[in-house]
Amino acid sequence: MSTDFLEREGTRLPANVAVRRVLVDAAQWSQSAQSLRDLDACLLALWGADDRDVDGMFRIFAAFLLPDHVLLLQHAMPAATPVYPSLAGWFPVADRLQRAVYDLLGLQPDAGDRRPWLRHGGWPDDHFPLRRDSDSTQTFPVEPAPYSFVPVSGDGVHEIAVGPVHAGTIEPGHFRFSVVGEKVLRLEARLGYTHKGIAKRFEGLPLAEGHHLAARICGDSTVAFSWAYCAALESITDTELPRRAASLRALALERERLANHLGDLGALGNDAGLAFGLVQFSSLKEQLLRLNQEAFGKRYLFDYLVPGGVVTDLGMHAIRAMLDEATMLEQAVATLRTIYDDHAGLQDRFRDAGQVSPELARAHGALGLAGRASGTAQDVRIDLPWPPYDWLRPRRVLRFGGDVAARVLVRFDEIIESLRLCRSLLETLPAGPSLITLPTAATGRLGLGLIEGWRGPVLIALETAADNRVRRCHAHDPSWQNWPLVEYAIHGNIVPDFPLINKSFNLAYSGHDG
Amino acid sequence: MNMAVYVWQIGGCLLAIALAPLFAGWVTQCRAWLQNRSAPSLWQPYRMLRKLLHKDAAVATHASPLFRSAPYVVFATMALAAAIIPSVTTELPLARVADAIALVGLFATGRVFMALAAMDVGTAFGTLGARREMMIGFLTEPALLMVLFSAFLMFGSTALPAIVEGTLTAHQFVLHPSLAFAGVAFVMVLLAENARLPIDNPSTHLELTMIHEAMVLEYSARHLALIEWASWLKLFNYACIGFAVFMPWGIVVDGADPRRLVLAIAALLLKLVIAGAALALFETVSAKLRLFRAPEFLTMAFLLAVLGLLVHLLLEV
Repeated sequence: MSTDFLEREGTRLPANVAVRRVLVDAAQWSQSAQSLRDLDACLLALWGADDRDVDGMFRIFAAFLLPDHVLLLQHAMPAATPVYPSLAGWFPVADRLQRAVYDLLGLQPDAGDRRPWLRHGGWPDDHFPLRRDSDSTQTFPVEPAPYSFVPVSGDGVHEIAVGPVHAGTIEPGHFRFSVVGEKVLRLEARLGYTHKGIAKRFEGLPLAEGHHLAARICGDSTVAFSWAYCAALESITDTELPRRAASLRALALERERLANHLGDLGALGNDAGLAFGLVQFSSLKEQLLRLNQEAFGKRYLFDYLVPGGVVTDLGMHAIRAMLDEATMLEQAVATLRTIYDDHAGLQDRFRDAGQVSPELARAHGALGLAGRASGTAQDVRIDLPWPPYDWLRPRRVLRFGGDVAARVLVRFDEIIESLRLCRSLLETLPAGPSLITLPTAATGRLGLGLIEGWRGPVLIALETAADNRVRRCHAHDPSWQNWPLVEYAIHGNIVPDFPLINKSFNLAYSGHDG
Repeated sequence: MNMAVYVWQIGGCLLAIALAPLFAGWVTQCRAWLQNRSAPSLWQPYRMLRKLLHKDAAVATHASPLFRSAPYVVFATMALAAAIIPSVTTELPLARVADAIALVGLFATGRVFMALAAMDVGTAFGTLGARREMMIGFLTEPALLMVLFSAFLMFGSTALPAIVEGTLTAHQFVLHPSLAFAGVAFVMVLLAENARLPIDNPSTHLELTMIHEAMVLEYSARHLALIEWASWLKLFNYACIGFAVFMPWGIVVDGADPRRLVLAIAALLLKLVIAGAALALFETVSAKLRLFRAPEFLTMAFLLAVLGLLVHLLLEV
């Protein structure tokens, strides 16, 4: 079985990082998966396409993260038999991705789990909303279908069903625990409650407006998603971003990372019963958001990034304020870190809770923050740097513990590193325009944007149609990769430790459900 | 014995019922200050009671009469407990018929009803909370009894008024090392029994981590109001047991002279202010223990209480 074609063939795709596309048939699809697994590649995203109006084919795409580039496999299937070989045998994360692709497009993997993932009885079994002939204004009565969780049997085993409606104001997700007493034997999550049909909504949007929708896929990663969209569009139109605009975007991305990490560290303290931590970190986060409002006009930086640059430039006053803030944050976070480190009660809750071993993380292709806490050295900013990260050179943060404590430490380290990056961005902000206009995009081009958001790599695959419109846009959040890890992390832990473990991952619902 | 004693028996009980929300509000306020937050009003618990009492109660379809009656039973046990704890005066007719062992039994009755009601509607969280509550309960009760036994041995009585009178009428002030051990054990029991940190977190919204809150998730309106009130009353009662055993100064021991009673109420308020602030401080600096560390924590309380008892037998008899 030779997979030379993977090296020989392939064309470069427009993207902010090096992306190679290889067209494969069904046999090569499986062979590639096998050899990519041997190379320790990560399955980044899997999505389908309905091209029956063009050439009567369905297509399936799989993006893999390799050490020096992204490999995109593309496989076409005739409309009559939309079946492709399952990747789940090599990449466990493919299971849920394949179920989602089936629910939306009706492309069937030849093996693996057949339960619905996104459907939830919201549309009939034989209806596939992402197909081009499906009318998105059509409504169906919701018919909740029973969902078969994997049963666990044994003496004294029982189930605890949690959610999708929770006691606090948080996003919906259902968690099914099989427990003996307080000990968790198995956890199965069911997500998809916030599926909004973003991919369908993208179809036909003017290219110059798509970033508004991209920014709203996942509120806490709005900069990452809108940058990924803009990067894809700018690559398709062969636009080189002005250096000042790139620096301002990176500043926004790092500030998004800071805001989320600060919020999470406070919430982690609170979930372990230390409300003091929540109050202190919330106050720091609030100060950061207020300065965002002052400097960028947006607290959470919604719509700050637009194709061609950013909406507002930064004045000298704002730059000075941010530099001062960086100094303040460095000191405040260092103090709070000492308090967290020295608090015996807190450390007792954090250490060894929710452990994900480096082997498990590798086997499941853990990405981003959760991966870096389990020894997976993945960071697109460092591995495949795009401007301005090519000259910024972020330092890699890596821990091997894989427990809640490790994820807390990665957050602390990344805050310090992000502050350093912000400082160098502010001190060496290049002159020049912060916004340029994009030329018209050619029809039928596929481009990728891959941005390391605070949770991990966010990917957007954008395909253009005539009249400067979106033909198709697929957005992928790294939570797809990391949700299954949460289910493993809880093994052998006790039920009341789950909220803390879950919070230490803090994965997306909205971004995941799409 | 005159009528005034009965008036004060009822008056003391009503005083406890009226003051309990204020004490809870004070602890919440201190916690907020210690955490650098702006604090809710001292009267917030009363406003919450008013709000809840105005609402219509929603009860699960399959709830049995037990579920509906439990809040009243729990509230009644706590009110009755307040009637036999000498917080202002030791002239309590009821305290003569129910000693401190009966008091522990009253708390247990409230707990059992709460747990049964939580399991009654058959939700996962109710059962989860009830299970955890019983685990905590079976560890706290012996520790509490051991603490009280130290005091019983010292004064030769199982009635709380006798213990107060014994301390206050002693000819000279004596420091009992055994009471130091018992005091620490008592504080640990108080934290566990009242669903405070580090055993339970009264302000959490994470349903999987809850103990007390998980049991009351299905309650609303007047039922919830009574349960909340009962748990504030329980905290108040525990504080008053602590005052009676460890710092009874200010409690009137001979007759119900109105002027001295006013002074005694002032002393009680002062002690509550200090105890509430101390509780808030302790809660602010602690993280919540892992659930399975709770038995270690409570075993430690039991051990300290037993040590107190041994110290008394070896050194003080």
